[in-house]
Amino acid sequence: MIRKLLPCLGTYKKYAILTPLMIGIEVLLEVWIPWIMASIVDHGIQGNGGIDYTVKMGLLMIIMACCSLFFGALAGKFAAQAGIGFGKNLRTLLFAKVQEFSFINVDKFTTGSLVTRLTTDVTNTQNAFMLLLRLAFRAPIMLIGATCMAIYVNPHLSLIFFAAIPFLSIALYFILVKAHPRFLTMLKNYDSMNSIVQENLINIRVVKSFVRENYEKQKFAKSAEAVRSAQFFAEKLVILNMPLMEICMYCCIIAVLWFGGSLVINSTMEIGELSSFISYIMQILISLMMISMLMIISVLSRASLGRISEIIDEHPALHDNKAGYAAPLNGSIEFRDVSFAYDELSQNLVLSHINLNIKAGETIGIIGGTGSGKSTLVQLIPRLYETSTGQVFVDGKDVKKYRLPALRDTVAMVLQKNLVFSGTIRENLCWGKKDATEAEMIAACKAAQAHDFIMQWPEGYDTNLGQNGVNVSGGQKQRLCIARALLKRPRIIIFDDSTSAIDTATENKLRKALKEQVQNATMIIIAQRISSLSDADRIIVMDDGKIDAFGSHQELLQTNKIYQEVYKSQQKGVS
Amino acid sequence: MPKPKAMNFQHPIGEKPKNIWPTIRRIFFYMREDTFLFCFIFAAIVCSSAAQVIGAALLQYIIDDFILPLAQNYNEDLQQGFIKILFYMGIIYCLGAAASYTYMRLMLLLSTKTLYKIRQDLFHKMEALSIHYFDQHTHGELMSLYTNDTDTLREMLSNSVANFVAASLLLLGVFSTMLVFSWQLTVLVILQLFLIFYCMKKIGGKSRLYFKQQQNALGQLNGFIEEIIDGQKVVKVFCHEEHALTDFSKLNEDLCRVSTNANIFSNILMPIMSNIANIHYALTTILGSILAIYGILSVGTVIAFLQLTRNFSMPITRISQQFNTMLSALAGAERIFRLIDEPPEEDQGSITLTTSDDKRNTINGDTTCDLSLFSWKIPHKDGTLTYHPLTGHIEFKNVFFGYKTNQPVLKGISLQAVRGQKIAFVGSTGAGKTTITNLINRFYDIAEGTILYDGIPIKKISKTSLRQSLSMVLQDTHLFTGTVMDNIRYGCLSASDKAVIHAAKLANADTFIRHLPQGYETDLTADGINLSQGQRQLIAIARAAVANTPVLIFDEATSSIDTRTEALIDEGMKSLMQGKTVFIIAHRLSTVKNADMIMVLEQGTIIERGSHDELIEKKGKYYQLYTGMFELS
Repeated sequence: MIRKLLPCLGTYKKYAILTPLMIGIEVLLEVWIPWIMASIVDHGIQGNGGIDYTVKMGLLMIIMACCSLFFGALAGKFAAQAGIGFGKNLRTLLFAKVQEFSFINVDKFTTGSLVTRLTTDVTNTQNAFMLLLRLAFRAPIMLIGATCMAIYVNPHLSLIFFAAIPFLSIALYFILVKAHPRFLTMLKNYDSMNSIVQENLINIRVVKSFVRENYEKQKFAKSAEAVRSAQFFAEKLVILNMPLMEICMYCCIIAVLWFGGSLVINSTMEIGELSSFISYIMQILISLMMISMLMIISVLSRASLGRISEIIDEHPALHDNKAGYAAPLNGSIEFRDVSFAYDELSQNLVLSHINLNIKAGETIGIIGGTGSGKSTLVQLIPRLYETSTGQVFVDGKDVKKYRLPALRDTVAMVLQKNLVFSGTIRENLCWGKKDATEAEMIAACKAAQAHDFIMQWPEGYDTNLGQNGVNVSGGQKQRLCIARALLKRPRIIIFDDSTSAIDTATENKLRKALKEQVQNATMIIIAQRISSLSDADRIIVMDDGKIDAFGSHQELLQTNKIYQEVYKSQQKGVS
Repeated sequence: MPKPKAMNFQHPIGEKPKNIWPTIRRIFFYMREDTFLFCFIFAAIVCSSAAQVIGAALLQYIIDDFILPLAQNYNEDLQQGFIKILFYMGIIYCLGAAASYTYMRLMLLLSTKTLYKIRQDLFHKMEALSIHYFDQHTHGELMSLYTNDTDTLREMLSNSVANFVAASLLLLGVFSTMLVFSWQLTVLVILQLFLIFYCMKKIGGKSRLYFKQQQNALGQLNGFIEEIIDGQKVVKVFCHEEHALTDFSKLNEDLCRVSTNANIFSNILMPIMSNIANIHYALTTILGSILAIYGILSVGTVIAFLQLTRNFSMPITRISQQFNTMLSALAGAERIFRLIDEPPEEDQGSITLTTSDDKRNTINGDTTCDLSLFSWKIPHKDGTLTYHPLTGHIEFKNVFFGYKTNQPVLKGISLQAVRGQKIAFVGSTGAGKTTITNLINRFYDIAEGTILYDGIPIKKISKTSLRQSLSMVLQDTHLFTGTVMDNIRYGCLSASDKAVIHAAKLANADTFIRHLPQGYETDLTADGINLSQGQRQLIAIARAAVANTPVLIFDEATSSIDTRTEALIDEGMKSLMQGKTVFIIAHRLSTVKNADMIMVLEQGTIIERGSHDELIEKKGKYYQLYTGMFELS
């Protein structure tokens, strides 16, 4: 998993390489210093080196400390640059990847989970990586360095380490292996507890109106208890680390005092060397602890890492045909035996065996119940989804054979879920056409019946939308989205139930203006109200993924049962 | 009114707690049942640190008084003493390690237990808060109490406290020993301390500043990511990917810049600290040697002092690390306690619902859902009880209300609704339609006027009973994790499977539910994401159907359902509404046409009322709306 992310280092690779180098020098100096300390004591203060030797070695030590400080600081700097740079590139990689996703990929992950992966998970991974960069090299270098120094100072005495290190490593390893699954359980319980809280926040009105506070409290208590016991169960193993290391250290100290003491007594070892030896014990055991801490961190960040690599591994469900045709010019549409399922394996066909012919410039209405496949049908035209079987043709050419941007620029679509983004109205309109002139914008907004209300705002087209901006009503938002789509000057324009919040009078005006604006363009309108389809040349009645009927209003009214039903239900009460 | 719901929310790092001591006392209060345990833990920490201090002192003692003399002239007695003292040292060390394990294990027990209690309190209070509170705080803000703030608190309880205490004791022990050995060299130690504090303040301050900037930049970037990914389909439709990527890169670069700075400063703190200690050691050797040469100090003292110097720097770094964690944990704890201290939703109502056959038994949510068996139990001042039938008659008398005191949303609303009636509200966004229904169930309390339920002022009815006698279907339906069956049963926990299916049939939800992979047992995860908005709405209607209350409120309940499905639901709702008082809020006029009474709201007042035909005849606002001459915004 880690290997997959390494390319994210990119230009920051040099820092990632420099960091361990700097750390290496810093650690070597750090390992060297106890030896100098020993020399000062043995040869300076106690020995016959005298004050000169002491001052000389003292100054040497100050220089070394300054060097160690310098390299340590550099290591910290490089680690920050490499770690943060890695995070930046990882974020970009993921964001760019999500931009490649087609609708089906987005549906699969759901937007909420994509957001978590790009925010929280990336931050976690970045922090873990930075820590890893600093510790993963420090610990082994220190382990080896201190061991070497210990051997250099006194090879016989260093045999103690060769008993202690394997013992502690094996013990730490077993603790980790046992703790790993327990940590995973803990994380899982923790997640589900948080999701209960989240659900309660979203649903607080439901909880309160059904007086289910106690029920929710019980649910939460159970979950919180699960978290508590899982945490206890996992961490009670990890806390063994500390006393274990203390025991090891203390045993080593006593052993060093005993054996080393005998050596000193026999005058084969200096007293300063003995205390430097004790420093090396500390350094070695601390580095072992660091390694075990690293393991825990990697366990804890594995969940985030897994979620991130799922995105990286996801294959965009459809590919751009870069060498494909340029934009279609006419706007005729044909469906040839098209079937569609969101899930390849599922038998659940959302559309089955659709055959359809729409002439360029026609206005087509689509009507049908919830889940009848209306939205899916039209989303196949700009190739937002790929057909499971069968083909969709625009201008007589398979949509797969167009270049995607060209196709989608010609086929404008106003989605059911209307979204404007934070920024000014002008910026939002520019989504449709990046270099749109003022005149073009006003024309589009006039056609979409948005110009008047925009001008009522004090800042007109520079009015800020979004969190701190004006409050835009559903109907206004829909009209802004329509204007945005019109700016594309499309050959085919699709309205996916995008006038539902607009009143009938405005809708009439909108329709008239549209006719003038997009002359000759093919128009497809999905609507719930038959009145919205009065301009349609022909109307498609969808039912359960199939075309139930396709004809003019009059024809349908006479022959189609569903259409009659809808018509009747909507006419009821109207004089 | 509800605010935007940002899920990604983080409090700035390095925020300092305002009242340290009350917060600490509060945390201790959670451990009051385990005072003994806590004292025991404290004793264990002291033992473990003492073992370290004594161990270090013994080390010096062994070297000075045994190994060195033995090296100079060997003597059997001394050798015996050497063995003995090593043995004692081993025992002290073992006790120390045992004490460490004991305090860690007990602390883990105590900290997980304490956290459990705090989480429980937090959740219990959250459930008891008024809707008003949720309007004022974003989900992200509340969520971070459960995640970030409890996490740092956990870190503090299970690690920092013990570490802090141990390191402080160690420091104290070492420092006083140093003073005893040589005041001259201790001056050097104090100088070092000043230097360390200076660096910490300087670099720590810089790093805090950059961390704050980093937090802002991260917030902006994450906000952007959230917005774009939420609108990913729009991005696709407009081929806006490149453009989004450019904007993204700009924000990402910004974050990278401040974030690198922030981390550089925090990363270089450690090497600076440890090397100040090294430099100090070197200076001590030089000064010590000079002092030794002039005979002011003995060589042994200098060596002992040097050994102490080595033990001095570690606890300092440990304390400085723990100190920051503890400060931010306390700031988090303060936020948690602030929520726990919020006043709960007021409820002074004493009138409750009881079953008619057993008048002593008030319902507590789960016994039965057939509300036709219930009646109001009214206690009087003289201790007597009277009973009043539950019918579902709602009356508003000159009601005034505003979310903020000086901005009235409703102005003098009066209306009556009796059993079997269907009352509809129409009007623009912000006219106060939803507000009216939120007053009936006392999500908000009215400022002036009265609302009567079966002739009883609703302020006198306990909120539990009042809400049990109403059910709502809201504009945005969110479901709970669980099966479809569980979600419908939410309306009445004691409902049998049969009753649930019956309710689903009533709401016309049965057909689509049966088509789900596991039917009623299909698991809904992540807010029922695998269902369409319309299907979720149907489940919510079924949920209200199973509750079977005398008053029903539909707040734009059918707005995301196509008219054909709506017609089917209408059929179902007809039987659902039989003999009930129904309030309907709708944008689509076709939905309200067959209501008994339609209220047209404008700026908080009812400007027109009457049946569809009457209002059409009147040729007023409703007529304009209906014929499309006017637009609802």
